[in-house]
Amino acid sequence: MEFAELIKTPRVDGVVLHRPFLPLVEGTLCLTGHHLILSSRQDNTEELWLLHADIDFIEKRFVGSSGTIIVKCKDLRIIQLDIPGMEECLNIASSIEALSTLDSVSLMYPFFYRPMFEVIEDGWNLFLPEESFKDLESMTDEWRLSEVNRDFSICPSYPPLVVVPKDTDDDTLLKVASFRHGGRFPVLSYYHKKNGMVMMRAGQPLIGPNGRRCKEDEKLINATLRAGKRGYIIDTRATAVAQQAKARGGGFEQEANYPQWRRIHKTIERYSVLQDSLIKLVEACNDQSHSMDRWLSKLEASNWLSHIKEILTTACLAAQCIDREGATVLVHGTEGTDSTLQVTSLAQILLDPSCRTIRGFQALVEREWLQAGHPFQHRCAQSAYSSGKLHGEAPIFLLFLDCTWQILRQFPCSFEFNENFLVLLFEHAYATQFGTFLGNSAAERSATLKLPQKTVSLWSWVNRPQEMEGFVNPLYEPNSLVIWPSVAPQSLQLWEGVFLRWNRSSKCLDEAYEEMVHIIEYNKELQKKVNSLRRQLAQLETEEI
Amino acid sequence: MEHIRTSKVEQVRLLDRFSNKSTTGTLHLTATHLIFVESNSTSAQEIWILHHHIASVEKLSLTTSGCPLVIQCRNFRMVHFVVPRERDCHDVYSSLLRLLRPESYDELYAFSYNPKQNDRQREEGWQLIDLAAEFERMGVPCDQWQLTDVNRDYKVCETYPRDLYVPITASKPIIMGSSKFRSKGRFPVLTYFYQEKKAAVCRSSQPLSGFSARCLEDEHMLQAVSKANPNTRYIYVIDTRPKLNALANRAAGKGYENEDNYSNIRFQFVGIENIHVMRSSLQKLQEVVGTRALSVTDYLVGLENSGWLRHVKAIVDAAIFLTRAVTVEGASVLVHCSDGWDRTAQVCSLGSLLMDPYYRTIKGFMVLIEKDWISFGHKFADRCDQLDGDPKEVSPIFTQFLECVWQLTEQFPQAFQFSEWFLIQIHEHVHSCQFGNFLGNSQRQREELQVKEKTHSLWAHLLSGQQNYLNPLYCPSYGYTNPVLEPSTLPCHFKFWRNMYHQFDRPMHPRQSILKQALTLKENNRELESIAQNLQAKLQKLGVSTSPLEVRLSPRECALPPRPKSLILGAPFSRKEVHQEDEDELVEGEEAREDIPVGSDGDRTVEGGSATENGYGELPLSCGSKPEPAMGKLELCLKSM
Repeated sequence: MEFAELIKTPRVDGVVLHRPFLPLVEGTLCLTGHHLILSSRQDNTEELWLLHADIDFIEKRFVGSSGTIIVKCKDLRIIQLDIPGMEECLNIASSIEALSTLDSVSLMYPFFYRPMFEVIEDGWNLFLPEESFKDLESMTDEWRLSEVNRDFSICPSYPPLVVVPKDTDDDTLLKVASFRHGGRFPVLSYYHKKNGMVMMRAGQPLIGPNGRRCKEDEKLINATLRAGKRGYIIDTRATAVAQQAKARGGGFEQEANYPQWRRIHKTIERYSVLQDSLIKLVEACNDQSHSMDRWLSKLEASNWLSHIKEILTTACLAAQCIDREGATVLVHGTEGTDSTLQVTSLAQILLDPSCRTIRGFQALVEREWLQAGHPFQHRCAQSAYSSGKLHGEAPIFLLFLDCTWQILRQFPCSFEFNENFLVLLFEHAYATQFGTFLGNSAAERSATLKLPQKTVSLWSWVNRPQEMEGFVNPLYEPNSLVIWPSVAPQSLQLWEGVFLRWNRSSKCLDEAYEEMVHIIEYNKELQKKVNSLRRQLAQLETEEI
Repeated sequence: MEHIRTSKVEQVRLLDRFSNKSTTGTLHLTATHLIFVESNSTSAQEIWILHHHIASVEKLSLTTSGCPLVIQCRNFRMVHFVVPRERDCHDVYSSLLRLLRPESYDELYAFSYNPKQNDRQREEGWQLIDLAAEFERMGVPCDQWQLTDVNRDYKVCETYPRDLYVPITASKPIIMGSSKFRSKGRFPVLTYFYQEKKAAVCRSSQPLSGFSARCLEDEHMLQAVSKANPNTRYIYVIDTRPKLNALANRAAGKGYENEDNYSNIRFQFVGIENIHVMRSSLQKLQEVVGTRALSVTDYLVGLENSGWLRHVKAIVDAAIFLTRAVTVEGASVLVHCSDGWDRTAQVCSLGSLLMDPYYRTIKGFMVLIEKDWISFGHKFADRCDQLDGDPKEVSPIFTQFLECVWQLTEQFPQAFQFSEWFLIQIHEHVHSCQFGNFLGNSQRQREELQVKEKTHSLWAHLLSGQQNYLNPLYCPSYGYTNPVLEPSTLPCHFKFWRNMYHQFDRPMHPRQSILKQALTLKENNRELESIAQNLQAKLQKLGVSTSPLEVRLSPRECALPPRPKSLILGAPFSRKEVHQEDEDELVEGEEAREDIPVGSDGDRTVEGGSATENGYGELPLSCGSKPEPAMGKLELCLKSM
């Protein structure tokens, strides 16, 4: 298909752009296959480049012969375009609508994007499972790298290489896979160096209404237990929900068959509920009403912060079982691709200081989200302005980023990256020129879409020093400890950097941040200066003697 | 001393407010403090509670482990003791009941507090703030405004200060007539002068207009205010009450200005609720946030139902209205409520703060409080319940003002010289009765009490510890580029002030503090600068020339303001505080060491309570966190399956 077919009017003059807290821009609007571009004619300083893929929803309004298009973006920004001429406006609107809802992944911008920078370090090769397994091997010999899924036939949502208990052979894995939802047999998610305890994740066991059991499954997870020690199974679903799952062939590990495990149910909501929550939250944030009661009641009704609290609490529980109880943990929900990953990845941020570095966090996203088969393509197809029937869209990853931000706020010196880095990941998960977040699984990314060959990795771009500068937390001091955030409602906050970002002028806050950076930089300079003066003086003094 | 029935009780358990943990220690009762000393040898925690801070003591019914005693403090501390023997508990309880309700002013701590200063230092402390100098700074007296001596002997209005500023055209008969037509004689006087546009902010109480009464002198008074401003022919009259309340007052012979009788006034209600609504609002808020295992839903619903943030926003809205009228239109404004000492004080002072960068400095903020709150007769004694008085007079009006200021500091992180710890510390001492500044209800009463002769000034104390209250991000030039602050008043920009209402609930706070980190760095930068200078001087002596401080980055013009003058710097701390400071260095719980990287061991340096608050006594995880109780909590989770 040619994009040109979809572009009915490629160019309109005299378009006025309204953006919150910025002056109006009048200029020429151009549509290309992937971008909506508005450039002012006077000078070329004011330009807007908006990816069609970033457009979540558009509204049209007409007054007389001119029309207005309100563009609502996936990054939650809302802009307004006043277009002279009814026909032009209609054409532009329908073109945008068509271009922003292309079905085929291979028509997405990342396949057309050519980097303007030299790729020094290819992000596609940065976080290979073989490499991280080498680290694990240096700490323990109880695990092995299995290639049982090398052609994605056993578990389509798993990567080709997974880490499993050493004594479990591939045949066993095959049997266990048939007993777990989506073939997601238990695999290693995290090894806690401090005490050798581990966290595993899986899909729900398919016990069904008749309580089917699978000896191999029991044997597999029991193999991870220390002699005489119990493990914890954290089921991210409420007990009732897990019970109901039995009727549909799913279920949970029954005590009788897993006597060495204690099962704990937490209530992390399913994706449709979470999407609804996001829509309500953003609606509340965009409400310009001056009624405090209305704001608080809408914020409450969105339930967003309740979800944050529940997810964080569950992650804290998992971390606590591992670090404080010295127990092995298995986490799963239904599919094991959403709430499970929220819990396992957040728990690692609490437990493992390396996850709080920039590279470590990238590795975590790569390992626990991309490789672990979180269906980004489905979940991030639409954002908060979506309407109508949804097809599995949900802010699962955004919730994870928000939880990370909550921890970052409570431990502002323990993270190598700053808030901007989290906002960046949010933006690129929804619309991007990079291939990193395309597709739904490792299988799709490498086998079907061949992303590593055809697109640029986000990490290739972000890890360049000049980009990295903006994402480094100046207050960072490596902290090798486990961190325990507060989950009291009074300690949780609305993530203004995402949800109120377009709703306030960030000038004052930005300047304050710069001042902070300046104080720190100045300190470093002074230290250097004092040291060099001291050396100079010492040298002179020795010379004199 | 005669009120203390028992001075020491051992084996008392202190229960944590939000978890199941407890510590055991000894309870001491002194003439001024209730002190809990933990028995644990290594990290003995101490809690000092000033009797004046105690809002209520409750003795709950006997349990198997002892007799519970719950103490709620005005600084939002809440402690729950369990005393093994009921008799002891009763003794502590009844002693406290008497001690926390002093009957006369001379029983207040301020009259016995002795920070080991000599009289000269004490007197100098009282001379720090000079309101005449402040009016001079604003440009008053001038060709339109003058100082009047009508109230020299508090004859016209006993709740006003002696020195008052009025338009030059307001003659004495006009003033006298106007004061008779205003509640409690509080006639319109100047509180802030916006020099740039010669616009005045005046304050008063409500007129005694009833349904039809008029007073020509009062009308003249407003005209005089209007004439003193060359910019506009009209003045704004802001009635800070909801219209319904003002209407109700008419039936009692009070009310508001009739626009038909006053020429050229623009009348505006701004709808701030009265002291009773505010009192119950804060009570509701405290109940909500004091709940254990609070859910997000209950928290937000409770926050909404308490109405607290709605009231805070109403005050900020009113202050913005005032500021716009003055700075944009250049109009003069008269602000009043009923008596003109609660809502009026809030709106006038907050408005001034928005208009004038001086009030955003440490010294300027003290001046602002001295002017709009202390001198104009905000009834601190009644509102803060200093003596055993009418509980219906108690109301968190001043707390609310401090919170409004905090909301602004959140929106403008570089505009204020002080950090929130300054606000919290002021709040602490408004209730501590340790300093004379806030005693009584009016200037006249303070003179009768001889506070300047017999007590110490809080301002001197705060200035001496000023480095603790600095905002490291403060940029003095911000005031030049942004003289008038224009805050957003969208509801989503108002936040719950956790560091105030949970100031003693450490587990709820961030584990690392950006504020403290930045303060330390700035202090460090200053030291490094002087070290570098010394080294350069030495090198120069040795014949090596170095360019003066050739660092790539220079300190921005936002350099720190100079240290306070010597008289304050030399002031010694009270013994208790010195003691506390030592402890700050020493006490660091085991958990703290495990959790907190060196150099960021807490987020506050100074507080009225105990030093040990700085150690992180507990891990914050709501699902249990210490190795011990974790299992128990997990069991609970399992049970609730």
